[in-house]
Amino acid sequence: MALPEIKQSVTEARLAELSLPDGGAWATDARKSALSRVQTMGLPGRRDEYWKYTDPTRLTAAVAKPASLFDPQESPVFGEVDRLKVVFVDGVFDAEASDALAMENVEIERLADASAMDIHWAKDVYGVLEARGQDPVERPLAALNTAFASDGLVIRVTGKAPKPISFIYLHREEVSDAILHHVVKVEAGAELTILENGPAAARFNKCMEIEIADGGALHHVRAQGRDHERQAVTAMFARLGAESVFKSFTLTVNGVLTRNEMVVELTGDEGVAHVAGACMGDGDFHHDDTVFVTHDALNCESRQVFKKVLRNGATGVFQGKILVKEGAQKTDGYQISQSLLLDDDSQFLAKPELEIYADDVACSHGSTSGAIDEEGLFYLRSRGVPEDVATDLMVIAFIAEAIDEIEDETLAEEIVDRISNWLNRRH
Amino acid sequence: MLEIKDLAVKLEEEEKQILKGVDLTVEAGKVHAIMGPNGSGKSTLSYVLSGRDGYEVTSGSATLEGEDILEMEPEERAAAGLFLAFQYPVEIPGVGNMTFLRTALNAQRKARGEDEISAADFLKLVRAKAKTLKIDADMLKRPVNVGFSGGEKKRNEILQMALLEPKMCILDETDSGLDVDAMKLVSEGVNALRDEGRAFLVITHYQRLLDHIKPDVVHIMADGRIVKTGGPELALEVENNGYADILAEVA
Repeated sequence: MALPEIKQSVTEARLAELSLPDGGAWATDARKSALSRVQTMGLPGRRDEYWKYTDPTRLTAAVAKPASLFDPQESPVFGEVDRLKVVFVDGVFDAEASDALAMENVEIERLADASAMDIHWAKDVYGVLEARGQDPVERPLAALNTAFASDGLVIRVTGKAPKPISFIYLHREEVSDAILHHVVKVEAGAELTILENGPAAARFNKCMEIEIADGGALHHVRAQGRDHERQAVTAMFARLGAESVFKSFTLTVNGVLTRNEMVVELTGDEGVAHVAGACMGDGDFHHDDTVFVTHDALNCESRQVFKKVLRNGATGVFQGKILVKEGAQKTDGYQISQSLLLDDDSQFLAKPELEIYADDVACSHGSTSGAIDEEGLFYLRSRGVPEDVATDLMVIAFIAEAIDEIEDETLAEEIVDRISNWLNRRH
Repeated sequence: MLEIKDLAVKLEEEEKQILKGVDLTVEAGKVHAIMGPNGSGKSTLSYVLSGRDGYEVTSGSATLEGEDILEMEPEERAAAGLFLAFQYPVEIPGVGNMTFLRTALNAQRKARGEDEISAADFLKLVRAKAKTLKIDADMLKRPVNVGFSGGEKKRNEILQMALLEPKMCILDETDSGLDVDAMKLVSEGVNALRDEGRAFLVITHYQRLLDHIKPDVVHIMADGRIVKTGGPELALEVENNGYADILAEVA
């Protein structure tokens, strides 16, 4: 079926600015296959149901809009954490600023090096999970990423990693447009924590495909945003084996446009997937969490916990789905999305969905939107706590449930510090 | 200490006059009690004094040690030394009780130009005060008032009072929802704070709280006014005969 004319022209204009990177046969096949997915689907437009609440124009434009650099005057997040640092500057790996890509129980390569080989394990993951994630909902910007990603890491975890891998995405050029793609394979019983932070580029398209074998575990904590004008679309595709664990938390602070897609597939019995996020939006800020969790095995547990604090006209979006396939009995699915609207100008748009084809499951979902609790505020003030401090306490209390999803206490504290800094910058 | 003159208050949202000219002076070192039937305006008086939204002062004044408190923000009133023990203490999920207590104490110290208390000193202070009120470590760790029983909430109010050491304490029906043992515990907590430089205004329906917290002066409030003032014997009279006789007498 031919694409609508507008979609066709937007897609052609964007593709005209890009060229497929060189690589070995497997990588070139994967990229060409992804390109044909993009050409078939076309890039997203405002009329697409999945983009009803978020205008993708800036993400699909042939040329990225610039974003000025912002100095938050605070020390970078995760500074206190012992980690293996991997630095990308405007989407290009910076070997000098990074630690050596070596760690016990972990193999780390640059995507370009892995792509150059004729045979590589990444063939079974790169573009494969993304392609699976196109059904039942199309994600053309992720396919675009697979086709044209210019950098990224390919990581295989064979045992318990001694420390987290920390991706640091620096933004130095006002006109940068970056496409990164990471592949992570956690072998049976292996464990890794991945950290991500930084605005990355004026426009950032990032994809991460994560395969977790039986009994493996991947923890992911991300702090994104910061540069007010930066635009980002990110997608994570996670496929979980039996008794494996995947836990992801994202803090988004400012950034004019952010769309985070999360696609999780529980394919082995007794898998656990927790996806959480907190966002702090002030002013011209649009933040969209789009989550799709598929239960396709017995006794799996999934949680989605999203909290958004919005003021001065900020917009928050949540589209979350739990799909329980036939036979996925004893599924325990939970989903909550809540917004705290600090004024009348801000808005929260939520589309929670459950689709269940098994008859012995426990799934619950809820979505609320509200102002700060005046009773609580007065109680705090009556004890001498000034109004702004009391409001901050109530804001941190509001997002506590999402923060609680971070297992590691040090990382949770780093995130709370970030939020406190954001609150302090405003008064 | 606290001087209220001809205080008239209506609800902001509707044309309903709640207080119709309250005159009341509470001296330092004294305990005054206000009794009165439901709807007489007792709780409104406590809320207006502590600065809650939703009320409009139509006339009169209220001063704490000569300072006009009606013009102050709630937190300024607290820093000036006013404390309200709530009839229904508010639950605040997500805010730890210890964080709340330390933030409040330090905010008041800061407002008065004093240094903040160190974490170690604070911990010592809270533990000592909590022990006498039989507040265990778990209650201190939990979010403010969340999952607390009625008695625990009231003890938590008195703990805050003991920590913040206000000059003027208003207790709004602190006896409601308390069993005999809890009332005794709370009363002991209050009595331990009685001091030459501190005054209390105890709002209650019943005389039994006043068996434990002995008042110097008892006021009867009805229809937005103080209609009768006397000694502790006035509370006994209410207990024995109800309000009807007194109200008939002043009508």
